[in-house]
Amino acid sequence: MDEPRQSAPVIEPGHTFATVTDKISSIVLTRPTSNGWFVGFGLAFLVFMGGLYAIGYLFVRGVGIWGVNIPVGWGFAIVNFVWWIGIGHAGTLISAILLLLRQSWRNSINRFAEAMTLFAVSCAGLFPILHLGRPWLAYWLFPYPNTMNVWPQFRSPLVWDVFAVSTYFTISLLFWFIGLIPDLATLRDRSENRAARIIYGMLAMGWRGSARHWSRYETAYLLLAGLATPLVLSVHTVVSFDFAISIIPGWHTTIFPPYFVAGAIYSGFAMVLMLAIPIRKIYGLEDFITDRHLNNSAMVMLATGLIVAYGYGIEAFMGWYSGNRYDSFLLWNRLHGPYAPLYYLLLICNIGIPQVLWIRKLRSSPLGLFLVSGVILVGMWLERFIIVVVSLHHDFLTSSWGMYYPTRWDWLTYIGTIGLFLSAMFLFVRILPMISIFEMRTLLPQAEVKPE
Amino acid sequence: MKMTSSNHNSPSIDVCPSKKNKLDLETARAHLAETQGPEYWRSLEELAGSPEFQEMLHREFPKGASEWLDSVSRRGFLKLMGASLAMAGMTACTKQPLEPIVPYVRQPEEVIPGRPMFYASAFTLSGYASPILVESQLYRPTKIEGNEQHPASLGGTDIFAQASILGMYDPDRSQTITYLGDVRTWGDFLNAIHGPLIAQKSVQGAGIRILTQTVSSPTLADQLRSLLKIYPQAKWHVYEPINRDNVLEGAKLAFGQPVETQYKLENADVILSLDADFLYAGFPGFTRYVRDFAKRRDPDAGNMNRLYAVESTMSSTGAKADHRLPLPATQIETLARALASQLSVASGGGGLQGKMAEHLAGVARDLQAHRGSSVVIAGDHQPPVVHALAHAMNQALGNVGRTVVYTDPVDANPINQTESLKDLVADMRSGKVDLLIIMGVNPVYDSPADLAFADALKNSEIPLRVHAGLYQDETAELCHWHINEAHYLEAWGDTRAYDGTVSIVQPLIAPLYGGKSFYELAALVAGSEATGHEIVQAYWQKQHPGSDFDAFWRRSLHNGWIEGTAFEPKQVKPTTSNFSAPRHTDFSDPRNTDQKNLEINFRRDPSIYDGRFANNGWLQELPKPMTKMTWDSPVLIAPALAERMSLKSEDVVELELNGKKLTAPVWVQAGHPDNSVTVFLGYGRRRAGRAGTGAGFDMYSLRNSATPWSVTGVAIRKTGATYRLASTQGYQSMETPDGGSRPLVRSASLEEYHKEPNFAREEEPPAALTLYPGYDYKKEPYAWGMAIDMNACVGCNNCIVACQSENNIAVVGKEQVVRGRHMHWLRVDTYYQGDRANPRGHFQPVPCMHCENAPCEVVCPVGATVHSTEGLNDMVYNRCVGTRYCSNNCPYKVRRFNFLLFQDWETTQYKMMRNPDVTVRSRGVMEKCTYCVQRINEHRIDAEREDRKIGDGELQTACQQSCPANAIIFGNINNPNSKVSKLKANARNYSLLADLNTRPRTTYLGEIRNPNPEVER
Repeated sequence: MDEPRQSAPVIEPGHTFATVTDKISSIVLTRPTSNGWFVGFGLAFLVFMGGLYAIGYLFVRGVGIWGVNIPVGWGFAIVNFVWWIGIGHAGTLISAILLLLRQSWRNSINRFAEAMTLFAVSCAGLFPILHLGRPWLAYWLFPYPNTMNVWPQFRSPLVWDVFAVSTYFTISLLFWFIGLIPDLATLRDRSENRAARIIYGMLAMGWRGSARHWSRYETAYLLLAGLATPLVLSVHTVVSFDFAISIIPGWHTTIFPPYFVAGAIYSGFAMVLMLAIPIRKIYGLEDFITDRHLNNSAMVMLATGLIVAYGYGIEAFMGWYSGNRYDSFLLWNRLHGPYAPLYYLLLICNIGIPQVLWIRKLRSSPLGLFLVSGVILVGMWLERFIIVVVSLHHDFLTSSWGMYYPTRWDWLTYIGTIGLFLSAMFLFVRILPMISIFEMRTLLPQAEVKPE
Repeated sequence: MKMTSSNHNSPSIDVCPSKKNKLDLETARAHLAETQGPEYWRSLEELAGSPEFQEMLHREFPKGASEWLDSVSRRGFLKLMGASLAMAGMTACTKQPLEPIVPYVRQPEEVIPGRPMFYASAFTLSGYASPILVESQLYRPTKIEGNEQHPASLGGTDIFAQASILGMYDPDRSQTITYLGDVRTWGDFLNAIHGPLIAQKSVQGAGIRILTQTVSSPTLADQLRSLLKIYPQAKWHVYEPINRDNVLEGAKLAFGQPVETQYKLENADVILSLDADFLYAGFPGFTRYVRDFAKRRDPDAGNMNRLYAVESTMSSTGAKADHRLPLPATQIETLARALASQLSVASGGGGLQGKMAEHLAGVARDLQAHRGSSVVIAGDHQPPVVHALAHAMNQALGNVGRTVVYTDPVDANPINQTESLKDLVADMRSGKVDLLIIMGVNPVYDSPADLAFADALKNSEIPLRVHAGLYQDETAELCHWHINEAHYLEAWGDTRAYDGTVSIVQPLIAPLYGGKSFYELAALVAGSEATGHEIVQAYWQKQHPGSDFDAFWRRSLHNGWIEGTAFEPKQVKPTTSNFSAPRHTDFSDPRNTDQKNLEINFRRDPSIYDGRFANNGWLQELPKPMTKMTWDSPVLIAPALAERMSLKSEDVVELELNGKKLTAPVWVQAGHPDNSVTVFLGYGRRRAGRAGTGAGFDMYSLRNSATPWSVTGVAIRKTGATYRLASTQGYQSMETPDGGSRPLVRSASLEEYHKEPNFAREEEPPAALTLYPGYDYKKEPYAWGMAIDMNACVGCNNCIVACQSENNIAVVGKEQVVRGRHMHWLRVDTYYQGDRANPRGHFQPVPCMHCENAPCEVVCPVGATVHSTEGLNDMVYNRCVGTRYCSNNCPYKVRRFNFLLFQDWETTQYKMMRNPDVTVRSRGVMEKCTYCVQRINEHRIDAEREDRKIGDGELQTACQQSCPANAIIFGNINNPNSKVSKLKANARNYSLLADLNTRPRTTYLGEIRNPNPEVER
């Protein structure tokens, strides 16, 4: 990639291999753990425990503690599932697709974006299990050898979902871990603490940094990137099939796959920014996560946001153009029905406010971007709520129309997974290098191979 | 092991053993080494008894192994301990003596385990019998069916009869005899009543008062009459809150004697209902009337009837009417007079103007055009004069003997019940009553508020008050003795249907709690201790003295009725043609509105009747036909009134009538007459049981004996509070708020139908338009299908209760209904169409559609819902993990999910009640209508054994079987001659949401109205 002429650099000048390594590894190894970290982790963990309490109660009583009913058989659980899965998209997109496209600016954000992906997918993965009437039988969705020769029903998109999400999680985990190996070795070598040395050593899997290691490593990493790339598109496509395959107005739409993928990337980048901005501030990483990164992420959000807006437009257009009474009612119901305020809020959050990203100055304003990202995350959550609940609550037979009101357990479970996500992020920044050390070093001018 | 043999009093099990001295072998040895001889042994004993040693024994297993990991409740612990002790006892016993058991070479006569037996019996409501067959599974009654042979049933039932099975197994039923709340025996009661009865003998029973329900039982009436012979001064009072005093007084006014009016609706071309809700359970003869009415609704048969309804509140009769006129109840008399005068009855009526007069003139002409084949039916809550006018009109139209038949009253003691209760209260207050026996009535709760019955009972110091009833209810609370009554399924008895036919009530099971029947109680008061069987049989032996009594008795029990007991038509002469001066009501101004002076209507509750079924969960959760309300009794108001007062459904208002106030929520009822409110009686029970106590609002507290049904003068005031109501149907219109309209119920007038018979049909997508390969159902011997004739359906809800009973469907409670989690597999959707002030109503029963292209099946990830080769959409409960995707994808929303553990798995009585052929579902699984697959399989087995195919009509689903209107037809659609195939070939047949290409097996027959073109305009 040719060096940016007018925009900010991806790494501030003045760094050497040693300073990069020092700066990043010191966060894990030498920097004293701040009280702020403990307070933050403690709070996040407390919220997570609240969620566990809600889950415990759920197992004791059943999904009836939530607001789901007939006709709205899916509520917060599926809304949250899709939301988290969407957030989990940014990691792989940044790591794999941008790697293949040789967008080297990604090097400073890919590590924690991948971690974020893993944690988000973990949070997401909880919900489909929790929302089952009999969650202890969730393994029946897997094709395992069964004495009664019973298989999952492969026509169901939920089965596809199981494969898509579990594959995505596995590949993301592998990709993340392989990316970590050279850095784990660095930590092993620099660690003063014996226990840490042993643990990092085991995790580094005998990495010595030999040329052969590097060669194989690069191959494996590229291969995995190649594997992961289609997954970025497939996971949310399959998730969108959960809806698109059905016959419910508002779900049964061919535009769902691209629209879902765009939405996923949209919210994923929003989450990356929500995390990157405070982290770079707290740990003084402005040199590595520069305004250039913020700017690029903001542009990705702007682009995907417009795709999402296009999706909304097409949905509305088809509601009118199809002439189908159920589709046109759905449009009416979104605009005037009992959940209309949420739909307007969604439009404001996902289409209205993000248009400020056209302003170049705002794209490099951390505070501004942080706020816009927050708004987008709320908006994307609302989008899933509108899709799941508003489509279901008023479907074909007017006699069966109903309403959905989340209960305190819905909220507690949702907030609990945010606690889980944040707890995991806190642990991650504390015990693993949140920025890829070796990849950052390749960004230094010194790393450029000069033709002799 | 001895636990506390040491001198330490502390228990040896300590959950925190580390705090104590640990004992191990080494310390024990050290301890013993110091001692010798006898001291050694003593020390050993001491050691063995020491807490440390005990603990060592206790800690033989790794630490923690003996501790409970989870917290166990005291009850749970005791249960477990009890079980362990019992088990321990078993193993410790000596060898069991050899007691060989003998296999069952010869079965007990008639019993095939797993096959139910059916017994004819009858359910009685307010004196009128519903003839039934009771299904008995190994001597446990499990299901009520209609008695097909009986003219009052013809196979249909009503909701109260259907649900009475739950009443029998109700765990809250009174289970013992009590005296002042303490448990007593029947013997104690005998002793207690013996003295007072002897004392009464000397005064000819002047202090005895017996208060009963409406009695139609010939035996009980005979018993009570002979009791009055023994105690000539004693009095027999009758009171039911839903009584037929007006009918009786009307008959007296018209004919000078109490007569029963029967209608022959099969002969009626034109029916005028003056506020009579004869198409809903509770109206005497309902089951038969619905059958006759529905038979005449067939537009293809060519003699479709026409129904005009004038009514004071929206009812299913009004919804079925071809012309419906909403009118406050107090104005119907004026209308009846005006109409009567047009039919040349000297009624003092007339003077109607404007639209109403035109309407009425049209009705009058139509009635006159059908002389002898029309009928005017007056509602039970209309004043006597309206009944008398109806009689006069029927006379004038020559209907008597054709569509109207007069007979002796079914009520064995046809007295004015309100007057009767008034007399009783007066006697109680004046100290004339020494022994009050209340049989099955609950006047403390349901008597008119102005009589203050509770106060009279409490404060008049009656020395002996006896209450016999199924429940320890409000009245039982204020009586000394309470006798737990045997349920009708537990005791012998007899009763009369609306046409007078007597049925013997057979017990299906020995009384679960040793209850006594009224027959036995009455016999006891008369000084005999005969059993119910002896009493009933003795009475009928008297009636049928021949030598063939045994055969007669057997035949009567077998058939379910006694031949020749139906009343003969009676020739009655009108005694009056003068119907006093008319009350003046001004129709002309529709806005003579005064929010402080509205009319209030008291009606029986469609589901729990007068409150006696308040603890019946099936009925409590049964959506009332017009509001779809469950578990509650809101005040029904007209949309116009709601608008004027800016009230919405669920707003709480305060009603004030004669200084009495009551707050209750309102429900805006389309079609309700303006300036009038309707309240349902039966709610607000204080002592009903787990289901009924506290549900709804007690409207009896506003009811007066002078105006028990409707009165003007109620003030209504908005309070600003709201109250959550549990309606199962959120939206009752096919017109969507965006201005669209959905063709869910398709209807046309008879004229339109003749012009365009295929009005209900629409273009269906080609069958092959699906991603997945289809299945050739034609090659199978059976393809099950259902056709529902919405023209016949009267929305009586019978199918819902029958389905609930047949399929072990759980009751979920009000809170869960509010959340939209009711479990009915079959629902009846009620839609209103047109003007909200007077809309047309439609009923649409919706079971599972059993779609050939079932959207639910393709989305289930585990294959828990699959299609059978015969076209059934089967639900595999065991395989269901509960994703609820199937329900989301079901466009008909007929699937029901066990969000919580809705089914009661604990209560023994419910275990006995359940249908053993149907799985009891647990938490977290989806369920839905199966087309009664258990019945299909039962018949399949029979047919295969006999090497034949299941015949048409041989197999009926539960909903079909109970339907009094024959609106639901189920059968084999591969047989072109089956009834269902023929209905599906009818031009009116259409599929719901056919454009989705679901290809439902359940289809509907469009509704045809038969309006009078003259009146329509």
